[in-house]
Amino acid sequence: MRPPRIVAAVLAAAALLAGCATTAPRAPTNPQADPWEGFNRSVFAFNDAVDEALLAPVATAYRDFVPSLVRTGIANVFGNIDDAWSAIHHFLQGKPASGLDMTMRVAVNSSFGLFGLLDPATELRLERRPEDFGQTLAVWGAGPGPYLVLPLLGPSTVRDTLAKPLDMLPSPSLMTDRESARNGLRVLGIVDTRARLLATTDLLGQAALDRYSFARDAYLARRLDQVHDGAPPLDDPDDAADTPPARTSTPAPAASAARR
Amino acid sequence: MLKRLLSIIALAGLLLGTAHATLTPDALVRQLSGEVIDAAKTDKAIQAGDVSKIISLVDAKVMPHVNFEAMTRSAVGPQWRHATPEQRQRLQGEFKSLLVRVYAGALTQVSDRTVEITKTLPVQGSSQQIVQSEVRGKGEPIKLDYRFDKAGDAWKIIDVNVGGIWLVTNYRSQFAPEIASGGIDGLIAKLAERNKAAAKN
Repeated sequence: MRPPRIVAAVLAAAALLAGCATTAPRAPTNPQADPWEGFNRSVFAFNDAVDEALLAPVATAYRDFVPSLVRTGIANVFGNIDDAWSAIHHFLQGKPASGLDMTMRVAVNSSFGLFGLLDPATELRLERRPEDFGQTLAVWGAGPGPYLVLPLLGPSTVRDTLAKPLDMLPSPSLMTDRESARNGLRVLGIVDTRARLLATTDLLGQAALDRYSFARDAYLARRLDQVHDGAPPLDDPDDAADTPPARTSTPAPAASAARR
Repeated sequence: MLKRLLSIIALAGLLLGTAHATLTPDALVRQLSGEVIDAAKTDKAIQAGDVSKIISLVDAKVMPHVNFEAMTRSAVGPQWRHATPEQRQRLQGEFKSLLVRVYAGALTQVSDRTVEITKTLPVQGSSQQIVQSEVRGKGEPIKLDYRFDKAGDAWKIIDVNVGGIWLVTNYRSQFAPEIASGGIDGLIAKLAERNKAAAKN
């Protein structure tokens, strides 16, 4: 029952936010990929406000006061569980070789790595290769749909939003039955993720002229890259100087499906 | 005697020739990332994110291999053709300052990493090549790709991909609304304002 409830809550919060969208009207920056830009911008602003008031300060304190050895251990445990989930999705996407690598990674880190606290697998050249349900849906032929900024959860697409509840299932909170411990682990997971993203969001603030569209374009490009395992169809950078951006594509059969 | 002289000249010519020709895109990336990571490892000022130090590192090691005019041109798009030479110069200057600042932030995090070149592939229907590399260290490797095109004899970088995001492509949609509302001068002003604000922090 949990996933539908999360989706319903997210949609309700989103609907609420749409009501109070008061941003000044501006020209759409990418009507094709982002038809709900006005709405998305207001959720983005809401997320920013929450982040600035609560999440970023907590994550910064966590980064500055918790010893890095402890933080690394915590990140590794969360990462190890994500890796097990990734392994499943390597197989679901028909990539048994990398699926076996990720399975090996989890096995090594869970045993020699003391239940995932350490990461000896990376030393053994079994690097983390993340996959998730959103990517699996894409490989199965689902297009991303419109870009969607989720309250609290941030940049997404319709496809990735539908996949999200399943992707949020595997978590250390499965390890305990006590509700208070579960909630504690969930909060720790969020703080850990945010702390690791601090450098990235600082970078975003410096690099972007418009943080909203920069974050959007970066998210969409990164997801496309992940779906194609690092070899997405290419834009032609030089075309833009003379003609409207044309798309050249390397032969990748799923490319056009994933774009649309 | 003459024969020997001729063969020396031929050898010298061969050496000079190869000095240009052997720097293939992947060799360039190997050289470039090695030098930059070495500098980041040994230089405390660079580790601390000292922007002026990093600018001189970039100017010495990276910029000679970048066709920055091509990068700026593609990021600006069709309006580039209507820009005066002076506007083009200023655009390149401000764009470069912005990118170097971002680069400085990223460099402070690579001192314990290694770079491995994973693949070199041609871009279909063009003379371009893409060199794919990975920055390895902890957990998930960071993808770092370079797009090369030939400028005369030498291969030059015309775009960089960090973690799946092509820089030029992403900046094209950052620049477009600024150009639409304020023209080339509007974009220059916006970039200059951004650089000034960042320099104060």
